[in-house]
Amino acid sequence: MDQLLQQIINGISLGSIYALIALGYTMVYGIIKLINFAHCDVYMIGAYIGFVCITSLKLGLIPALLIAMAICTILGVLIERIAYRPLRNATRIAVLITAIGVSLLLENGMILIASPQVRVYPQIDGLLAKSFDIGRITINMKQVLILATTIILMILLQFIVKRTRIGKAMRAVSLDTEAAQLMGINVDTTISFTFAIGSALAGAAGVLVGVYYNSINPLMGLLPGLKAFVAAVFGGIGIIPGAMLGGYFIGMVETMVAGYGGSMFRDAVVFAILIFILIVKPTGLLGKNVREKV
Amino acid sequence: MTLLKINKLTKSFGGLTAVANVNMEINKGELVGLIGPNGAGKTTVFNLLTGVYRPTHGTITLADGSQEIALEGLKPHKICSKGLARTFQNIRLFKELTVLDNVRIAMHKNVAYGLLSGFLHLPSFKREEDRLVEESLRLLEIFDLADKKDELAKNLPYGEQRHLEIARALATKPKLLLLDEPAAGMNPAETMRLSEIIKRIREKFDLTILLIEHDMSLVMKICERIYVLDFGMVIAKGTPEEVKTNEQVIKAYLGEGVEDA
Amino acid sequence: MKKILKAKGFKMLTALVLTYIIIQVLVSTNIINDYMQATLVTIFINIILAVSLNLITGFTGQFSLGHAGFMSIGAYTCALITARIPTTWGFILGVLAAAIVASIAGYLVGLPTLRLRGDYLAIATLGMSEIIRIIFINMDDITNGAAGLLTKRFVNWTWLFIFTVITVYFISNFLKSTHGRACISIREDETASEAVGINTTKYKVMAFTIGSFFAGIAGALYASYFYVIKPDIFNFNKSVNILVIVVFGGLGSLSGSVVSAIVLALVSSFLQAFSDVQMILYSLLLIIIMIFKPGGLLGSRELSIAMLGDWRAFIGEKFKALRSRKEKKTTAKEDLDNDPVENK
Repeated sequence: MDQLLQQIINGISLGSIYALIALGYTMVYGIIKLINFAHCDVYMIGAYIGFVCITSLKLGLIPALLIAMAICTILGVLIERIAYRPLRNATRIAVLITAIGVSLLLENGMILIASPQVRVYPQIDGLLAKSFDIGRITINMKQVLILATTIILMILLQFIVKRTRIGKAMRAVSLDTEAAQLMGINVDTTISFTFAIGSALAGAAGVLVGVYYNSINPLMGLLPGLKAFVAAVFGGIGIIPGAMLGGYFIGMVETMVAGYGGSMFRDAVVFAILIFILIVKPTGLLGKNVREKV
Repeated sequence: MTLLKINKLTKSFGGLTAVANVNMEINKGELVGLIGPNGAGKTTVFNLLTGVYRPTHGTITLADGSQEIALEGLKPHKICSKGLARTFQNIRLFKELTVLDNVRIAMHKNVAYGLLSGFLHLPSFKREEDRLVEESLRLLEIFDLADKKDELAKNLPYGEQRHLEIARALATKPKLLLLDEPAAGMNPAETMRLSEIIKRIREKFDLTILLIEHDMSLVMKICERIYVLDFGMVIAKGTPEEVKTNEQVIKAYLGEGVEDA
Repeated sequence: MKKILKAKGFKMLTALVLTYIIIQVLVSTNIINDYMQATLVTIFINIILAVSLNLITGFTGQFSLGHAGFMSIGAYTCALITARIPTTWGFILGVLAAAIVASIAGYLVGLPTLRLRGDYLAIATLGMSEIIRIIFINMDDITNGAAGLLTKRFVNWTWLFIFTVITVYFISNFLKSTHGRACISIREDETASEAVGINTTKYKVMAFTIGSFFAGIAGALYASYFYVIKPDIFNFNKSVNILVIVVFGGLGSLSGSVVSAIVLALVSSFLQAFSDVQMILYSLLLIIIMIFKPGGLLGSRELSIAMLGDWRAFIGEKFKALRSRKEKKTTAKEDLDNDPVENK
């Protein structure tokens, strides 16, 4: 029982990271129907920016987090602007290949700049180094930090999407791009904004992962990126609460499988769940069935 | 003799009942029209008949010699192989393929060579392929499309695309042909020609035809019997004359409370 | 008609024999050295992979991101057999077994997942190939885990040439048969395809199974030439590389896949000189090509003599400054004709 609770707590931390990344996938897919393969590398770059801020610039964690989010925002918007926008009317497979190209570019660019070796995030002293026990369960402050940051960001996201003009525009464009355009919504701006928000969340996830697991490398985005995408599909792609739900579910499953002796197969289990969900309910847990008109 | 019998056919999408308790009978050799205002459920009936949708309730039975075949719940390609072929309201040709290929593909289920011959291009392959081309051209001839066999379907003018779709449906060798608004978007001259063609293929291939149409002149001119659908229900049936004068039909088309307006 | 067909086949055969002789001469005079021979072999393997994936994605319209998974099944099957029967006959048996096992896997994977469409199918096939890779990593006793298997070289480039020609010949024949046309009709319009009596599920699975069959052969050839195989060779990036070849050559163009496999291999061996920035240049090139030519080199057309003529006229137009106005007009038209995808 204690072990189960402990795994749940670990699962929530990992799930928070997946959820933050998955949100970026799901929003971008919802709005331009693109699996943005470069998204996981934005997350990786966020982790590196955090690393530079904390080690070289001797900044605190919160400023590092904010700077990483800001730079990732710019990066995300630039990627959309330069690589995806010229292909707005091309086949989806062409855009997808472009996205893969951008992903390779970011990964190899980072390998060139920072070398392929693993970097170790500095241990943070003070409050964050502490942990406390409840019964036989240990909760450390990093886990609290991750959960708190994630919750704050998600509330902020919900606010933006539900309560602001630009949020309304995002929802409109994802429902029907042409109709939204006819209603006077600037589609390009809205898409840029979607990339901005998604990338900011990915940047935050990058820094949090650095703090939690301590090590980062240029290819760190690949697998979490895939799993976050699985999370987005699991919850119903294009649906924001679905991505959160999916992120926590995948995080939880992964820690459970690893915690109970299946660590070699934890990735396989995640993909098996993906395929199962796709076959049983292709539109995801919260998705609605859309019928093709004949 | 009844070829197709539809009994209490119902289809609901969530809370919306698109087709409710529809009963229809189509005799062999008949040319029957299915009309009704927009959104009455005509195309849904076609989609149910051809297996695109599964009926919520009801049965669809096709007579095959002395046998009766239940069509409901079968997949579209199975239904096609039982002898039902259709065209689509919003033309669905294989756009990037040639006119000839469009027709040849529809002959697929009657091709008599196997996979191995397909890989190795054995003599049976050549024999069958020659036959396919020959039969396709004969079919295209009827629609004056034979000399356009190598053009891409998407490059044909609109009227010819509609013709090609009918030719493609005929290539499956159907007993019952379902035409979904074949005259939509055609001018009077083209509609005239279409009605000629429908008559001709009906005789030539010993066909039974059910057609949905908005163009009343066409329906009244060529159909022998008409079913009128409104809000998913059959509100009238009979000869064109009977239907024309039916009060409920007039009401459905013109709406109630005309005098208030 | 018959005579022309025969003549065409004869021309093709002559061209192939000539190609073989030229390469053979270059190899025996050592103008193509060992290193370049490896590139040559890679080209052949990539042609087989690209052509078979093109059948699935380009012709049948089913977006797969898991082709490397089936390649790995072929590679391991063949390596395990040649480890026990280390002869040429063992190799031939290995290739056959590889193709069959891979196609069975393709069938089993395809049956449930091919109900999905577009991106969903892509992700499902990606997931499947990752699962296959993880299974290979964890089957220590048989596959030696992440370290992989070491066999020895059983084939020279001639074998690869033969298998490549056979693959392209079979797939090209298949696409010209009624079964192939059924597959293509699914790409064009699945609903219409069902409506004219084509069992679309059957043909999707068939395309997938045949594609996996040849991917298995490619894997077997890889194992028998490069003799080191490990699960990480067949990862997501490998699947992506194959897809890039297909898209770059043109979805739905077999000759496009062949040309593209050759061009991309030459480009990447050229980039090897800049080893530091090799991958950066490659990815930049990928992005730029996609932005300026999203339909690939050939769109969905096949290479033909007439087209070469068009291109020559087009290139001539670009580089020769002095031309009469009339000629300019005609070439501009041909230029448009060359890009059906972009004009859509």
